[in-house]
Amino acid sequence: MSAPEVAPRLAATRPGPRQRRPRYAAAPSKTMRRIILSITAVLFLVPIASMIEFSLRSGQTGAHGFEHYTAIFTAGAAGTYDVLFQGIANSIAICLVTVVIVLVLLLPTMILVEVKYPKLRGVLEFVCIIPITIPSIVLVVGFIPVYSVVADIFGSQPWTLGFAVGIIVLPYAYRPIASNLAAIEVVTLSEAARALGAGWLQVLWRVILPNLRPGILSACFITIAVVLGEYTIASFLSQNTFQTALVLVQHTDPYVAVIFAVFALIFAFILLLVIGRLGALGRGRPHA
Amino acid sequence: MTSTVVAAVTPAEKASGAEVSTPRRRSVSWLGLVPFGAYVALFLAVPAVLAIASGFFDGEGAFTLANFAAFSNPTILQNFFASIWISALTAVLGAVLGAIICFALLGTRPDRMLRSTVDSASSVLAQFGGVMLAFAFIATIGAQGVLTKWLVSIGLTANVFNNFNGSGPLLYQVPGLVIPYLYFQIPLMVLTFMPAMEGLKSTWAEANATLGGTRLTYWRRIGMPVLAPAFFGSLILLFANAFSSYATAAALISQGGIVPLAIRQQLTSETIVGVANVAGVLALGMVVVMIVLMTAYSALQRRASRWRR
Repeated sequence: MSAPEVAPRLAATRPGPRQRRPRYAAAPSKTMRRIILSITAVLFLVPIASMIEFSLRSGQTGAHGFEHYTAIFTAGAAGTYDVLFQGIANSIAICLVTVVIVLVLLLPTMILVEVKYPKLRGVLEFVCIIPITIPSIVLVVGFIPVYSVVADIFGSQPWTLGFAVGIIVLPYAYRPIASNLAAIEVVTLSEAARALGAGWLQVLWRVILPNLRPGILSACFITIAVVLGEYTIASFLSQNTFQTALVLVQHTDPYVAVIFAVFALIFAFILLLVIGRLGALGRGRPHA
Repeated sequence: MTSTVVAAVTPAEKASGAEVSTPRRRSVSWLGLVPFGAYVALFLAVPAVLAIASGFFDGEGAFTLANFAAFSNPTILQNFFASIWISALTAVLGAVLGAIICFALLGTRPDRMLRSTVDSASSVLAQFGGVMLAFAFIATIGAQGVLTKWLVSIGLTANVFNNFNGSGPLLYQVPGLVIPYLYFQIPLMVLTFMPAMEGLKSTWAEANATLGGTRLTYWRRIGMPVLAPAFFGSLILLFANAFSSYATAAALISQGGIVPLAIRQQLTSETIVGVANVAGVLALGMVVVMIVLMTAYSALQRRASRWRR
C-alpha cells in the first residue's frame, strides 16, 4: 500500500523529462521484477502445460488428438465415468450444505458477536482458526466414530460430509467476513438504524447484510473451492466426491482424470480471481 | 460483561418503548450463539478429543498407555523422521523462494490484474491443489511424464525422474514428494508473507537514503530485521502445512512413508504394530508437533505485528 505512494511524490519534486529515478525504495527494479516473475510463471506453468499435453496424447504413439476429450461424451454416455459424474454431483451437494452452514451458523454468530458480545470476538476467532492447526487426517480419526452416529440419524448420505467439511472451511470462511466486519462499523450502523426506528430484522436485512456482501461472497466462493478440493475426509468416510472419484478414475483412465483436474484447477482459479476483484472493490469503497 | 454492551443499545430500546422486553431479549440473543456452539462442539471438539483420546484406550476400551509403544517401532519413527525432514526442507525452500517472489511483487498495486492473478493462483495451489497437484506431476515427471520422456528422448534413458535410487520413478517415493510439495508451499508463502512485505514503510527507505544508506544497507539493516519474525512465522506455518498435508502424498504413494500415510495404513488395515488404536497415537503425535509449532508461530506473530501499526 505505502510503497507506490513514493513514486508520484518524487516525480512531483523533480520535474523534467523522464529522469532516471534514484532508487531508494524497497521495491525491486522493473527488470528484476520481470526476471523473477517470468521464471516463477514458467516454473509454475510447466506442470499445468504438461497436464494439457498429457491429456492430448493418443495412446503411446506420440501423436496428439482430442479423443480423450470426446471420450468423455461417448464413453461417458455409455456410463464409463458415472462414478466421476456422481462424485461431482455429490461434491456440489456437499458445497450447498457447507455454504448453508457458513451462512446460517457462522455468519449470524459473527454478526451477533460483533454487535452484542465483542468480548467474545477473540474466542470466536480462536475457534475458527483451530481447524488449520489440527491436520484433517487427525480429525478424520475422530470423525469416523462421530459419523457412525451421523449415519444412524441421516443415513450414510454423501451430503452429510458437509458437516465435517464445514469445520475444515471455518478458517477460510471466517477471514473474509471478519475483515469485512472490521471495515464497516456494524455497531454504529445498527445503532443509527435502530435510532431511526428499524427493528432488528430490518437492521440485519437492510443495513448489515448489504454492507457485508463482498465478505460473504468471498467466504462462499472460497468455501466452494475448498469443498471441491477436499479429499482426506471424503476418502476416509468412504464417500464418493469429486476428488475421490478422480483418484479412482486415475487408476483406470489417467487421461480423463487429468482433463477433469485441469478444468477444476481453472475453475477454482477463476472463482478465486472473482473473489480477488470483489475484495479490491470492497477495499476501494470505504476510502472513496 | 454484557452490561456495557447492553447500555450502548439502551437509548434505542427506550425510543421504541421496549424497556420491559430487554431482559428477555438479552437471553434470546445469548441463544443465538447456541447453534454455532453446538455445531463446533459436535463436529470439532468431539472429533478432536476422540482422535486424541483413542490413543489412550486398548481394543476393549480400557485405559492404557501401552499404545505408546508404537513410538518405539522403527517404522513409525522412520515415518515421523521422513515427515519432519520433508516438511523442514520444503518449508525452508518454499519460504526462501516465496519471499523472493514477494520481493518481486513489492511496489505493484494490489488492485491490479497482476496481483489478483498471483493471489488467486496462489490460493488455488495452496488450498485447492492436493490430488490435482499430484496429477500435474504425474503428467510432468511421472514415468510417462513430459519431462521424463524428454530426458529419455535426449538420451538419458535412466534419469533421475524414472529411476531414482534404483527403485523406480522418483515421484512415487517419499523424497519425490518434495517437488509437488513445493508447488503448494511457495504459493502459501506468497499468501502469508506478502502482507508483512507490504507493511514495510516507505519512510524507512527514505530515512535510509537520507542517512546515506544504499539499498543493500536498507535490506541488511532495516528490511530483513523487521521482516525476520514474519518470515520465521511463515516458515513455521509452511512446516505445519507440509506436515499435515495428506491428499498429494496419498494420491502418489500407496504405502506408508510419512505420518499421514501411516495413519491411513492403520485405519485401513491395523498391521504395522501389534497394539490397538495406533492411529490415535499417531494423531496425538501429530497434534503435539502442531501445538509446538503453533505456540512458536503465535509468539513470532506477536513480534511481527510490532512493526505493522
